Parts: sequence; C-alpha cells; structure tokens
Amino acid sequence: MARAAADLPPKGGFSFDLCRRNDMLLKKGVQPPSFRKTGTTIVGLVFQDGVILGADTRATEGPIVADKNCEKIHYMAPNIYCCGAGTAADTEAVTDMVSSQLQLHRYATGRESRIITALTLLKSHLFSHQGYVSAALVLGGVDVTGPHLHTVYPHGSTDTLPFATMGSGSLAAMAIFESKYREGLTRDDGIKLVCEAICSGIFNDLGSGSNVDVCVITKGHKEYLRNHLLPNPRTYISSKGYSFVKGHTEVLSTKITPLKEKVEVVEGDAMEE
Amino acid sequence: MALSRDWMYENNGGTCVAIAGADYCVVAADTRLSIGYSIYTRDYSKICNLAEKCVLASSGFQGDIKALQKNLAARHLIYQHQHNKQMSCPAMAQLLSNTLYFKRFFPYYAFNVLGGLDNEGKGCVFTYDAVGSYERVGYSAQGSGSTLVMPILDNQLKTPSPLLLPARDAVTPLSEADAVDMVKDVFASATERDIYTGDKLEIVILNASGVRREFIDLRKD
Repeated sequence: MARAAADLPPKGGFSFDLCRRNDMLLKKGVQPPSFRKTGTTIVGLVFQDGVILGADTRATEGPIVADKNCEKIHYMAPNIYCCGAGTAADTEAVTDMVSSQLQLHRYATGRESRIITALTLLKSHLFSHQGYVSAALVLGGVDVTGPHLHTVYPHGSTDTLPFATMGSGSLAAMAIFESKYREGLTRDDGIKLVCEAICSGIFNDLGSGSNVDVCVITKGHKEYLRNHLLPNPRTYISSKGYSFVKGHTEVLSTKITPLKEKVEVVEGDAMEE
Repeated sequence: MALSRDWMYENNGGTCVAIAGADYCVVAADTRLSIGYSIYTRDYSKICNLAEKCVLASSGFQGDIKALQKNLAARHLIYQHQHNKQMSCPAMAQLLSNTLYFKRFFPYYAFNVLGGLDNEGKGCVFTYDAVGSYERVGYSAQGSGSTLVMPILDNQLKTPSPLLLPARDAVTPLSEADAVDMVKDVFASATERDIYTGDKLEIVILNASGVRREFIDLRKD
C-alpha cells in the first residue's frame, strides 16, 4: 500500500520535506536567506465612471531600498489591474499566473473577463497554499456588471469595498481615504485623492517611497499613468563628480597564467547545404 | 517567560559621518528619528557639542544616547572646575571610551563618532563601537547608512594604513569646501537606498575660527 503511494507523481503545491532539516539548521544558528518584500502602499477606489488604482514604487530588502522605481500595478486583463503588496516574487508570480488563466478563459468563452473570475482564481490559489504565498492584493476593474474593487489577503480571504488600502503604508493611506472619500467622485478628484493617499504612505511609512503610479479603469478604456507623480527628486548632486583613474585602486600583485590550447583550429571547407 | 535584552533597546536609525582635515573637522548626521517603519520626528539633532573643540555624533538608541551625553557633559563640567580649562578632543575621546566600557555588561546602544581639533589645531576623528573600543582615524561613518557611506569615503579619501612606518598623516588633504561637498553628496546617496536616513542633514564644521552649522534638505520618503 505504502509502496504504491510512493510511486505516484506529486500532486502539486508545496513539498514540506525539508522542514525538519530547516528547523535543525535554525537551532544551530544558520540564518535562512531573506526575501525581498515590497513594504508598500497600495490603494484602490471606485469613482463615478469606474475604478482608480494607485501604488508607490519602492521595493525594500530589510532596511535597504532594492528598487527605487518598481511597478506594483500588474496587468491581469485589458479591463482588470491588480496592485500587489508583500513578497515581490509572490505577487509577480500569482498575478502572472492568473492573468494567463484569464486569457485562456477569454479564448474559451469569447467574452470579456469579469473581476469576480480573477478574484476566485486568486483566492483559491492563495488558500490552497495556506498563507505561505505572501501576496496581499488590491484587485480592481470594470466589466459588464459594472466597476468592482476587491482586496485579497495572503490566506485567501477577500473583501469587496468602495475604497481599500493594503501594505505597510495602508494605515497612512486609509487615514486619508476615511476623511476625504465620498461616493460619485469625478475622475480628476479621484486621481487627486489616490495621489494624496499614496503620498501619505510615501512620506509617513518608511517601507514606501519614491514615485506614485496610478491606473484609471473605465468601461472599455484604461489609462496606466506610470510615474504620475515624482515628489522625491535627489536633493544634492556634487558638481565636482567622481573620477576613477587608472591607478586609483592599488594593484597588490599580478599573476598571468597562459592557457594551453586544447583545440587546433584548421581551415576547412564551407559547410555543405 | 524568557527575559530577553531586546525589549530594553530600540534602534532609532540614522547615519553619522565625520571627516578630519588639516585644520578643520566636519561632523554630519541626518535628523530623522524612526522606529520600525514609522517616523517619530523629522527634526532631531544627533550631534552634541561636548566641548569647545569637540563634537559628538551618535546613532542608535537615542534614549541611551541622551543619557550618555548628560553623563559626558557632567564629567566635562567637573574637569573644567578642577583644571580651569576645556577638555581637549583626545582627552574627551578617552573619557568616552571609559564611560562606554564602564557599562560593558549592559551597554549604551550608541554608535559614536567623535570629531574635533586636537591640541595642535589639526582635525581629529575618533570612531567607537558600542562598548568603547576606539581608534583615531581620518574619517568614519556609523549608523544604519554606514555600510553605504564607508566604501565611498574609503575610495575618495584613501587613508594610509596605520601600520605603515614612518607614521603617515591620516587627515585628508581636501579643502574644507570640498569635504563639505562630499559629505552632502554622500548623504544624498545614502538617503536614496537606506530607509532610516533622510529628512534633513545637519553639518557641523569646526575650525580655528569656531563652530559653524549648516542644514540641507534630504529626501523625505
């Protein structure tokens, strides 16, 4: 019985075979490798004609900024976009995967994708991985049934909301939304409010920073405003500049090893057709 | 319940840099005070004037640093009463080292850089670890952005090894204006990549004519 089970190919999902060995290493003091988190502010709101998504552009690795201008608003379908917070690899992988699944579904059904389809695909994937896929998403778009905005948590739960924020800067952004949001905002007012919320995250949360990306989705039309605001230029550039002339770095020793030729190059005829 | 030392300390972040010149000393630190992913204040000075020709910049746990500064200021006052003169920078350096080692088994969570002018009027910089090990150097950086700043200073202000004989001068031949320019540029670069460094940069310049302060803005994100 046990032998038959061992012959079957693995069904997919995570393999927990190395957990015991990892625990043992941890007890011995070996640090596990760290992964890059986005330490983010992402927001979404519903306005009178559709949905507006916003995100900052800083990716951190602990206290260091790994990417000063990364893209956190991911394409899912022509009418659906998704902001991602959490582990950068996880958000990229899960949004790419669901985007491909939606494309195949569009070919099979011949219809425009619906946001609830993307939502169900995301939540069932995240739940089956029991929270180990650390992706917190703000999913928004406009389909035949109207504008929709959802949040998806790493363990697979979802919320449907008129305005939402996620990431380490979510409290700073939510403070802005809670005081200034109202139903039926115009496009310009909506973009202004989203920018204010993201800027609040950028300036008050250390995990968020750099620039503001905005994506406006309306019926039949979308506008991806990459780097809509650049409120953080570099404050000082030395006019002197830096020169690294030859001899700037001391050469302590030189060793030249001539490589013996292993192959003899012989002039031959051109290859036959 | 295991009592761990972690709850007794906090790291408020920040970066401190000092450069010694032939007749000046530049000490600089950013003014951001942070905890975790939040900012306590954008306008906190990490630099303290201990004596007429001696300035201390510290990053780490600012609660411990405040206590350390009070301690040193009190000892300096006693010295002034007993000797009728201000403490010199090398003397203050030794005092700081002893003060830090005194709490070897419950350390001040402070990463210090002491800058000033020695008795001959030459710039001097002393760099410390948390328990008082110190060395006189030509330049130094401490704090969360130190790993970003030190390689640039090493490259641009190449200092001869202290083991070489005859003993060579560690101070940089750069002019005061060039040193200040380099400090500003180096902090702007560190701010780009370190989340705990930013807001404003405070630069203190000591030379024969006295002490001068400059402020420049840094990125606030």
